Amino acid sequence: MECELIFSVFVDQNYILGAFKPSCNISITLNDAKTRKQVPLKKENGQTAMVPLFQSQETIAGKISVEPVQGKKVEHNGIKIELLGQIEIYFDRGNFYDFTSLVRELDVPGEIYERKTFPFEFSTVEMPYETYNGVNVRLRYVLKVTINRGYAGSITHYQDFVIRNYSPPPSINNSIKMEVGIEDCLHIEFEYNKSKYHLKDVIIGKIYFLLVRIKLKNMDLEIRRRESTGSGANTHVETETLAKFELMDGAPVRGESIPIRLFLSPYELTPTHHNINNKFSVKYYLNLVLVDEEDRRYFKQQEITIYRTAETSS
Amino acid sequence: MMIADAMEDEDKWLAEGIAGIQHNAFYMHRALDSNNLREALKYSAQLLSELRTSRLSPHKYYELYMRAFDELRKLEMFFKEEERHGCSVVDLYELVQHAGNILPRLYLLCTVGSVYIKSKEAPAKDVLKDLVEMCRGVQHPIRGLFLRSYLSQISRDKLPDIGSEYEGDGDTVMDAVEFVLQNFSEMNKLWVRMELQGPARERDKMEKERNELRDLVGKNLHVLSQIEGIDLELYKETVLPRVLEQVVNCKDELAQYYLMDCLIQVFPDEYHLQTLENLLGACPQLQPTVDIKTVLSQLMERLSSYAASSPEVQPEFLQVEAFAKLSSAIGKVIETQGDMPIVGAITLYVSLLTFTLRVHPDRLDYVDQVLGSCVKKLSNKPKLEDSRATKQVVALLSAPLEKYSDIVTSLTLSNYPRVMDHLDSGTNKIMAMVIIQSIMTNQACVSSADKVEVLFELIKGLIKDLEGDSEDELDEEDFNEEQNSVARVIHVLYNDDPEEMLKIICTVRKHIMTGGPKRLPFTVPPLVFSALKLIRQLQNQDGDAGGEEDPATPKKIFQLLNQTIEALSYVPAPELALRLYLQCAEAANDCDLEPVAYEFFTQAFVLYEEEIADSKAQVTAIHLIIGTLQRTNVFGVENRDTLTHKATGYSAKLLKKPDQCRAVYACSHLFWVDDQDGIKDGERVLLCLKRSLRIANAAQQMANVARGSSGPVTLFVEILNKYLYYFEKGNPQITSAAIQGLIELIKTEMQSDTATPDQISDAFFACTLRYIQFQKQKGGAMGDKFNAIKV
Repeated sequence: MECELIFSVFVDQNYILGAFKPSCNISITLNDAKTRKQVPLKKENGQTAMVPLFQSQETIAGKISVEPVQGKKVEHNGIKIELLGQIEIYFDRGNFYDFTSLVRELDVPGEIYERKTFPFEFSTVEMPYETYNGVNVRLRYVLKVTINRGYAGSITHYQDFVIRNYSPPPSINNSIKMEVGIEDCLHIEFEYNKSKYHLKDVIIGKIYFLLVRIKLKNMDLEIRRRESTGSGANTHVETETLAKFELMDGAPVRGESIPIRLFLSPYELTPTHHNINNKFSVKYYLNLVLVDEEDRRYFKQQEITIYRTAETSS
Repeated sequence: MMIADAMEDEDKWLAEGIAGIQHNAFYMHRALDSNNLREALKYSAQLLSELRTSRLSPHKYYELYMRAFDELRKLEMFFKEEERHGCSVVDLYELVQHAGNILPRLYLLCTVGSVYIKSKEAPAKDVLKDLVEMCRGVQHPIRGLFLRSYLSQISRDKLPDIGSEYEGDGDTVMDAVEFVLQNFSEMNKLWVRMELQGPARERDKMEKERNELRDLVGKNLHVLSQIEGIDLELYKETVLPRVLEQVVNCKDELAQYYLMDCLIQVFPDEYHLQTLENLLGACPQLQPTVDIKTVLSQLMERLSSYAASSPEVQPEFLQVEAFAKLSSAIGKVIETQGDMPIVGAITLYVSLLTFTLRVHPDRLDYVDQVLGSCVKKLSNKPKLEDSRATKQVVALLSAPLEKYSDIVTSLTLSNYPRVMDHLDSGTNKIMAMVIIQSIMTNQACVSSADKVEVLFELIKGLIKDLEGDSEDELDEEDFNEEQNSVARVIHVLYNDDPEEMLKIICTVRKHIMTGGPKRLPFTVPPLVFSALKLIRQLQNQDGDAGGEEDPATPKKIFQLLNQTIEALSYVPAPELALRLYLQCAEAANDCDLEPVAYEFFTQAFVLYEEEIADSKAQVTAIHLIIGTLQRTNVFGVENRDTLTHKATGYSAKLLKKPDQCRAVYACSHLFWVDDQDGIKDGERVLLCLKRSLRIANAAQQMANVARGSSGPVTLFVEILNKYLYYFEKGNPQITSAAIQGLIELIKTEMQSDTATPDQISDAFFACTLRYIQFQKQKGGAMGDKFNAIKV
């Protein structure tokens, strides 16, 4: 499948004086646009757009094309392209925090009368953090083109892209095994085959009932994401339940063992993130919930690590 | 009211469930038509969610399940056609597992699993193992049972059985067996759990509902039995132990009973026979309340049919010691199930006995052993009062009788009478009647004293009063019936050898003598006749049986008879005794034993004199005596004179004149025996006749005096006939003139004024005259003789 990647027919305009119509169209075309994989990305307006996918240490190269509106000229004090890695914490009034910022000057001050293209390249860029869209925080990468026009205000154009970093399978990946319970009421032993799962992994395990004196109704396995932002006293924690998967229907008796097989692929998970640039963390938990006939819930939460492996196909 | 409401609610819920299924089925069909996998999965999962209800009874739930089942068939068809949905079966197998709710997820998984096995992209055993494991997630009894039932349904044609297209490598049958066994065990556990989970007050309802579900569980055993690859060894080593383990461990009465029964029904008899030990070993381990007797009875029933099916299997039974095993298993069951009512134990023995009789008809010792065990069980217990129990004992005792048409066989069973001892007297009698009837219908012949002894021991309920019998409860008709039966039995006790026969008679005598006054009148006569028969037999073959030492001499038997009959006098039954004496006298006469015959006559006369008071009875008795005496020719002149004298004397002393008259003219025959060497004492004949005429006259006069009219002339006509008889026989003392005179007399009497017209006498007389006429016309010597009489 081929598709020409021309981003943004739309130009970010700066209407400082309100008198100007957009005076030019800016577009960014990647050199490997035809082969570069694209993935969906949720934008601020809630819509999903397809954007190119990169990983750390890749070279991002392409062309910027500036085309003035028919019969107009663009006067500028220089054109530059920036590669920005930003963390945006929503409750922090939309303040961006750039953890990566690379700049390439494309043109010296002058005038542009007709379509003009500028090649650019950021080679082997270090981009350690993955793109992330959370409840309170967003980590994004963007290419930003700025046509600096001094008093008239600059014309800027953004192109998002996504970073995904792949990890090798962990060398140590122990199972999670635990015996929990309420004395003389309920004793169970559960086991998840691993503590670290990749995004398309399957959780295999079982729950063994050692003692059951309460009338259970059902048992679910939940995948919960705990996103904490800020630090110290300003820490915000947001927990979401991403999956609720029924493991058992009805009341087991002592000695029963209930299998677990949960495919992770249907859920929108991300890798676990630890203290990204001191701004935020994303952790995952498996929450085993037993519900009795009076709808009382008994649960046990275990953290699991989620990582991304290189996708073999598609 | 509450129940009605509950039922109404249930109908409502069912209707809602069905509507839900139909609704989603509509969208699912649309998705299927447009080959939209995602939508199809979505709507099928929603459709299946209707099965998550807890509000329906098993019966209604089944209805709902069947609806969903039909829809799943369509879905399966769709899954099968990869080109329609473009998803490989392996991916599909994963995809359906994304469903969040477990019940729809597992139904879908089983459905895809079925397609997966068919596609052969994975070995059947792996898929099946996965499915059966995953189904553990549903622990709700009803939902779990139906889910697993669905699994069983879709997998039954896909087991990796030998010869199946899904046969895998290696121990493939084992995989199939493992799968079915596991599903069976899990289903049984769920089924049993239903019982535990219901509140106590709903036990009955729960029990009923559970019963409705039992075939879901039993179906697995049926599937097992259909697996070609299960040979005897596999069955013995794996299948049976595993099933039994499950049955025993579930500790549930209903399940244990049903599953044992199922097990016995679905697997071949040959297997049962070869694994008898294991199968029976489980029985004592079942719950005490399990109706094990029915189970074992079924088993034995089947085994005996199997034995009957072909003679070749007979050695197998011996080889595996089927009887010994069954017997000991039953013993153990009875021992462990202490609460088992006695009727249960006996029913078990009945089954075992039936089995033995059918399988080992030649092994009487087995039969006896069974009876022995039963005795053991019954000992130390009061007599049975439970009517069902006694019924079973009767069945137990009747079985050998039915089997061995020769009653003698049963008589050799030493424990037989001991079992009977435990019956109450009423049942004991019934049983005795059964025995007798058996003898009668089979026309069996009991031919030794020992056996007779045993037989009488068995029927002693009829022979004598047993303790606890209350007199007033006896129904006379029944009693007579019983005693008549005993009498009949006495007749079939027979042996050609006189000595043995005598022993038999002695034995019988010994027993019946204990019977008491009410029974003796029934039992003595057959004994007497039986003895007389022996005497006649001896007489026919005399000569060689002459030795003095020989106990079986007629003389000896007569002695015995004398004593026997004497017993009747205590009853008292003098008339019967008298008849029997006369019978004996006659027999003695035939044997040429004058003193014996004389003795019997003496006894008869003594009885007549002392015991028979009723005038009518006297008349009958005297005629009997006369008749017998007339035929007796053994006496010498002196003895005969004494006896005839007595007889005539008693005749003349009867109460009523007509009776006197008739007896006296009958006595005339004592002096005229129409034989070659018979006495022909014409003079005394005439004396008798004249005497009777006198008496008749007297009677006539008495009638005149008493009633003013003459009595019937019948007596005269009768005497006339006697005259004619002797006249014809050539008694010189009887002359035509005398006859002539008598006829005149009768005519006069008939025409006299006071005579009462009597048609019978008239006709009688007319006939007599006609006879004379006839003799005249015949001509010849007799005609000439009669011509002298003028009519």
